[in-house]
Amino acid sequence: MAYAGSDRAGGTGRMPVTIKILIAGGFGVGKTTLVGSLTEIRPLRTEEPLSEPGAGVDRLDGVERKTTTTVAMDFGRITIRENLVIYLFGTPGQERFWFMWDELSRGALGAIVLADTRRLADCFPSVDYFEQRGIPFVVGVNCFDGARRYRGETVRSALDLDPRIPVVMCDARQRPSCRDALIALVEHSLQVLRNRTDPANDGDPALTS
Amino acid sequence: MPSPDDHWLDEEAGPVVRPYALTRGRTRPTGEALDLIAIITAVRGVRPDPSSLGPEHRSVLRMCRLPISVADIASELDLPLGVVRILLGDLSELSLISIHHPIPPARLPDADILKEVVDGLRRL
Repeated sequence: MAYAGSDRAGGTGRMPVTIKILIAGGFGVGKTTLVGSLTEIRPLRTEEPLSEPGAGVDRLDGVERKTTTTVAMDFGRITIRENLVIYLFGTPGQERFWFMWDELSRGALGAIVLADTRRLADCFPSVDYFEQRGIPFVVGVNCFDGARRYRGETVRSALDLDPRIPVVMCDARQRPSCRDALIALVEHSLQVLRNRTDPANDGDPALTS
Repeated sequence: MPSPDDHWLDEEAGPVVRPYALTRGRTRPTGEALDLIAIITAVRGVRPDPSSLGPEHRSVLRMCRLPISVADIASELDLPLGVVRILLGDLSELSLISIHHPIPPARLPDADILKEVVDGLRRL
């Protein structure tokens, strides 16, 4: 969809402000469900060079020296108002697609790292990734049916998270719940950005660097 | 003798062309990497030389009559991002499009925009 209403004639109109938010977490944790609860999911594919771990998985016969593989991502858009739009990108869950993350995360406002308490370790790599790069994130605990419920503090402690990083309970199938997780992320990112502008607010180099 | 896998018909998609055939084998755009959420707008009043553009260039150019993001173009045209970036690089070299790079979050004009985002999300 195109943006309407920008002033094309003089070139002085307000260009759209676009905001990128990533939905990360392990394979099968509910990233696609979350994006789909918030907006219409649209397919986005990219042809990427074959990485070593994938080379044994992709069929190499029939195509002369096939050196790329197709990676499909979930992609959705939330229009806040004309010319102010959030783009959601579900990061590819399999580890062999990690090389795409740097490009995806460049310029991102932040990320929701979805966690499943039955397989908590699956979200460790995402948590590490965003921590190391100073990209604001919140942990969304996707409350699956039948999974034992844990308190946010228990999850925080299991993930060894900085106390300032929000842990929110959510149900990826429920729009209001996903919306609240997204709000928690934007508010957290706002806080992190403020602290970076004025480090006196917060001296933790892990968050202010 | 061609193997059964060499046919040109994808089971669902009909005729297929290897994506980078559209870009004459190029796999990297010429200019700087375009962000997924960069906004592209066709430059008005410039008539492209018909011989310089392939059908995919024209499709992309048509989509950019109104400002549109790189991700939206790739999704709407069902082309891989890498291919769309190369096509956009060509169009940019021909001065047929203008590119509006996204503002990094740290340099958003003011925090009010993010507050507006929060308010907007609450209304969802």
